[in-house]
Amino acid sequence: MNGRRGLVLWFLLPSLLVLAGVVAYPFVFNLWISLTNWNMFHFQHPQFQGLGHFAKIARMIGEPFARPLSQWPAAFAGNEFYRIFGKTFAWTAVNLVFHFTLGLGAALLLNRKLPARGLYRALLILPWAMPQYISALTWRGMFNTEYGVINQLLAKVGAAPIPWFSSEFWAFMAPTITNIWLGFPFIMVIALGGLQSIPQELYEAARIDGAGPVRRFFHITLPMLKPVLLPALVLGTIWTFNNLNVIWLVTDQGLPADKTHILVTYVYKAAFFYYRYGYAAAFSVFIFLVLMFIVRGYDRVAKQEVY
Amino acid sequence: MNSRRRVAKAWEMVWVHALVWLLVLFAVFPVLQVIGISLRPGDKLYSTKLELVPPHATLAAYRIMLTEKPFFHWLGNSLLVSLATALIGVALASLGGFALSRGRFRGRGGVLQGILMTQMFPATMLLLPLYLLMRKLHLVDTLGGVVIAYVATALPFCIWTMKGYYDTIPAALNEAALIDGCTPLSAFMRVTLPLSAPALVITALFSFMTGWSEFMVARVLLASQDLMTLPLGLESLFTTYQTEWANYAAGSLLVCIPVVALFLALNKFLISGLTLGSVKG
Repeated sequence: MNGRRGLVLWFLLPSLLVLAGVVAYPFVFNLWISLTNWNMFHFQHPQFQGLGHFAKIARMIGEPFARPLSQWPAAFAGNEFYRIFGKTFAWTAVNLVFHFTLGLGAALLLNRKLPARGLYRALLILPWAMPQYISALTWRGMFNTEYGVINQLLAKVGAAPIPWFSSEFWAFMAPTITNIWLGFPFIMVIALGGLQSIPQELYEAARIDGAGPVRRFFHITLPMLKPVLLPALVLGTIWTFNNLNVIWLVTDQGLPADKTHILVTYVYKAAFFYYRYGYAAAFSVFIFLVLMFIVRGYDRVAKQEVY
Repeated sequence: MNSRRRVAKAWEMVWVHALVWLLVLFAVFPVLQVIGISLRPGDKLYSTKLELVPPHATLAAYRIMLTEKPFFHWLGNSLLVSLATALIGVALASLGGFALSRGRFRGRGGVLQGILMTQMFPATMLLLPLYLLMRKLHLVDTLGGVVIAYVATALPFCIWTMKGYYDTIPAALNEAALIDGCTPLSAFMRVTLPLSAPALVITALFSFMTGWSEFMVARVLLASQDLMTLPLGLESLFTTYQTEWANYAAGSLLVCIPVVALFLALNKFLISGLTLGSVKG
């Protein structure tokens, strides 16, 4: 018995070694960087400086609270940290809501007896199959204010062109639309798999008891899908929260004038454009902690082990 | 009564189709755009026309990509990297997932949480330390170094998928093989693994996709022209002076075709194999 237990651990060892080398070691190294003054001016010989960067982040977070209550709305709105923080949450929430409604909707439609169902399913998977950087650059072209197909279609129906990359609101919408497009097929596939394993007898029994389609959905479909959708929600939250590519590529590094940043793109710019490695490292530790907190929250709410 | 039901049924079909077509249009539209751009003649790249097939459509961009650019060289590198990633990814994830599904050891919950936590840290910030580590191991500017990084990128999700699938297979099957005298390893290989085909296919597909589409890591770790993978090659078409849009679009489609074909061929497995958790019927 002991031998078998040992064998199972051997099975796990290669994976753990790879993850230790490529993820855990850089993570610890990153913790060290966050305690140094590594930046453009101390590039060759970064020095240990302790929790300075974390103190700076804490000051940024605390700044509006130091003002009198009446000034809070203006203070929060004017604070760069809260703008980026708020945008990250808005970005994550809007994306997830659409991923789940479109993905679940598509799965429910395709779970019916439909002619050419296989073809529809194949076409709906396309956004997922295309490499992400290609899709992001394609969408950026489509959002082009002058030549992009979206504004041209709007012109066809007589609508005013949308200033995609010069207005803060639209510059946020452009990557959001792109990412909704990118992400819904994943949820669709997961939901389809879940739907197919729900026993039909449950629906028949509910029908005999007089439950309509809406009640059947909320009392059978959704609860039965919970075990598959909950992990997808957790992964989706993490992936969307930390999605660098789409915002970076679609808004061309944060157009207009660095107004379209979420936490990860902000960190990326700080590290690789302004060479503030120490600061960026500290900030990414903060992002990590925020995500840990959110996932813990899901755990509580769902009362189910997520992992 | 009967005819009223039939009318209701027909209406239902109408709106179901309308919704499906709307979604399909949304999904396919950008792809059609890329096809359109790839067919444009070089001097008409900024067209304000909306036709899908542009006037004076030409396959010149495809010819240029396939004959004048080192496309097949990039393709070779990408294939090598992606296949190696898929192979190693499947081997590690199928074993690791099994340990986490069947093993009852201390720290199992911790490992599962740790695997999820690897996704929470902004991956780009790991690039710099990773580069320094790879340099120490003399893996910078080698395809091997890139493969190791990709395996680690794909592994957490793959282990999760495998573990979720193993959870749905009755453990008794494996136990029976053990009682019949199989060694634990051969019981795993002969009984559990064949039953897990759908999840193995997903794992292979994901690992392959990671290698095929990844850009950032390759950009940091690879310097030689000779080692460029397809994403790097496509990026090289964006030069400071002009962007070869038609070539880029044609190249993009050529890059997409193999993965899309793979996705469609494995469509069936995709739905049955992706068990992040299991529905207990």
